[in-house]
Amino acid sequence: MWENNFLAGLWPIFKKEVLQILRDPTTLFFALFVPIFEMVLLGVAVDTNVRQIKTVVYDLAKTQESQVLIERYISSDDFNVVAKVNSDRELYDKIVSGEAKVGIKIPEDYSRALQKNTSTSVLLIVDGSESNVTSEAVNVSSAITLQESLKRIATKSPGIVESRHKVLFNPNTRSANFFIPGLVAVVMQLMIIILISFSLVKERERGTLENLYLAPISPLGLMIGKMLPYGLLGFFELCWILLVMRYLFDVPIHGSVLLLLIFSIPFILTILGMGLIISTRARTQSEAMQLATSTLLPSIFLSGYIFSLDNMPQVFWIISRFIPTTYYIDTLRGIIIRGAEFKHLWMNGLALLVMGLTMLILAAFRFRQTNV
Amino acid sequence: MEPVILTKELTIKFGKFTAVNKVTFDVKEGEIFGLLGPNGSGKTTIIKALCGLITNALGEGKVLGLDIHKDSFKIKKRIGYMSQKFSLYEELTVNENLDFYAGIYQMKKDAIKVRKPEVLKLTGLTSYLERRAGALSGGWKQRLALACAIIHEPEVLFLDEPTAGIDPVARRTLWDLLFKLSGEGVTIFVTTHYMDEAERCRRVGYIYLSNLIAVGTIGELRQLPEISPDNSARLEILCNLPSEALVFIKELPYVWESTIFGQSIHVLCEANKREQLSKDLQDQGFNISQISPIIPSLEDIFVTLTNNIINKELGGGK
Ligand SMILES: Nc1ncnc2c1ncn2[C@@H]1O[C@H](COP(=O)(O)OP(=O)(O)O)[C@@H](O)[C@H]1O
Ligand SMILES: [Mg+2]
Repeated sequence: MWENNFLAGLWPIFKKEVLQILRDPTTLFFALFVPIFEMVLLGVAVDTNVRQIKTVVYDLAKTQESQVLIERYISSDDFNVVAKVNSDRELYDKIVSGEAKVGIKIPEDYSRALQKNTSTSVLLIVDGSESNVTSEAVNVSSAITLQESLKRIATKSPGIVESRHKVLFNPNTRSANFFIPGLVAVVMQLMIIILISFSLVKERERGTLENLYLAPISPLGLMIGKMLPYGLLGFFELCWILLVMRYLFDVPIHGSVLLLLIFSIPFILTILGMGLIISTRARTQSEAMQLATSTLLPSIFLSGYIFSLDNMPQVFWIISRFIPTTYYIDTLRGIIIRGAEFKHLWMNGLALLVMGLTMLILAAFRFRQTNV
Repeated sequence: MEPVILTKELTIKFGKFTAVNKVTFDVKEGEIFGLLGPNGSGKTTIIKALCGLITNALGEGKVLGLDIHKDSFKIKKRIGYMSQKFSLYEELTVNENLDFYAGIYQMKKDAIKVRKPEVLKLTGLTSYLERRAGALSGGWKQRLALACAIIHEPEVLFLDEPTAGIDPVARRTLWDLLFKLSGEGVTIFVTTHYMDEAERCRRVGYIYLSNLIAVGTIGELRQLPEISPDNSARLEILCNLPSEALVFIKELPYVWESTIFGQSIHVLCEANKREQLSKDLQDQGFNISQISPIIPSLEDIFVTLTNNIINKELGGGK
């Protein structure tokens, strides 16, 4: 008897909401194309077509394999090897002096490691003062080493080559890789909050909400019936953004996609809760819009999305701890950029879960009291 | 038999403002009850309270024998409600709107199969089944709203200003539908601020500034002492220059009340003053074509009742 009292109305409301989403092209357009549009803007702004980056090579291995790798860098057209050096000192000097923007250091045991089927890494030392150069160099280097590793899978000694990088002068370089994961969070947040609160406020404006409250449905049934479709839409949107990010913008996901999706659930619940709370306060769509954007500002500026939290005064750091987006962006970056695992991220997950449940409980209370 | 709707001293406050003040009335099974009153007088609030939507309502209220304070969920299952705006989902088709409302009223699939064609036939919507609600014209939207409100075969139907903003033909059609439903035994509670609609109701309540001033059939209301005081007469005067005549009539000591109705003037005055009034008007140079006794219309009744209140308030203020 789950239809009785406690969750009454859930299923019909869910079905109706899905139909409405499918019928309304603007909703789908907003959900699917606006994020892409923003990513393109950001991608273009950051990635201004860098080619022929002046590069200095320090090859400690001096083997055939290392030579092949260097050739790959050269033939990528992104790197232009202007010098080969024989010590760390010289390598740094070339970069400090500005003769080269990037240094590639191949370890002495490069070939040996590969032959032993273990992994080895190439160190990329990058001048971080120009962020577009940095991101391009890092991206391409990752791609090259990945390619090399893939090639080796087919051979007898499938060792793995990784590209590690060290950014000089500007360690907090912002690059597309750095921004796009944050963008995922911010875009999803804005979309979902706006869509769910609009859907409720529209019902209030048209008077259908009054009908719902006069029908034998429970506030909880209404709430969940509304949350499910927009939660699913959010999830769908997340997958879509990740696909575009990965294949259109070539931002690799270093960690587990499954983990990323799982950690997204509590975040989606949190923002659904925020949307629901907004919808109980806002009387008109424009009011809902204002409230939605007002949640967005702290999520952009105080979540570490744009400004690194490390460099901020203590107060802001404390504030950032109360913003769910902070934890989600950190999780996204962790998984996408650093390949972080559950053991590194469970605190974020817990924080999101607590916030999500709090929001939903608050929303449930407000739904009970709302007079139409 | 117990009335279907019953309130005793129902009172609803929003903060310091009293939206409904000690309202007492009842509605019997199968009747059409009209609640008439100007905008903001508390009509919608009363409906919401009867459906259990207002949690801080004071006083007694029962619908179908169920307490509005405790059993609102049970009440909601057995009533239908059509709101002031025709609240439909415009992106959904006629059919989908009906299915949705059948769904939230927890109707079984078999029951829907039987009931839907009935409702469609009643409202004449059968050929619009796949039309989007948003593409229907005003009158048809309203019929759909009614169809949605009765799909679950409610025993009581609440209609909140159902004819606001639709054309006269659609209005009449709606009333025909309401009579049909009433004939089937559905109790109908309708609010309106149109006098002529109130006249169609079996019984009427008149609410003014949060107070229910009078309840009853028109016949009963006519007998109210305020409407037909002892030694009084109600006359209709047809003459030239009615507005000027009205100014003069209002000054006559034996006239208690006077208003213009179209081309004529309605007057409540002392009994047996017809000749006198006729003479006084003619002395002033007005040309009377007719002066005859009338029975009070609903509008006369409510004008009188409203004036009494206003006068009382003015008197009380002194
Ligand atoms: N939720 C509410 N909070 C405060 N005041 C309200 C609320 N609902 C209605 N009112 C006020 O109560 C009065 C009666 O409203 P309503 O019942 O809608 O009148 P009607 O339906 O007769 O036009 C109005 O003055 C309205 O402003
Ligand atoms: Mg009203």
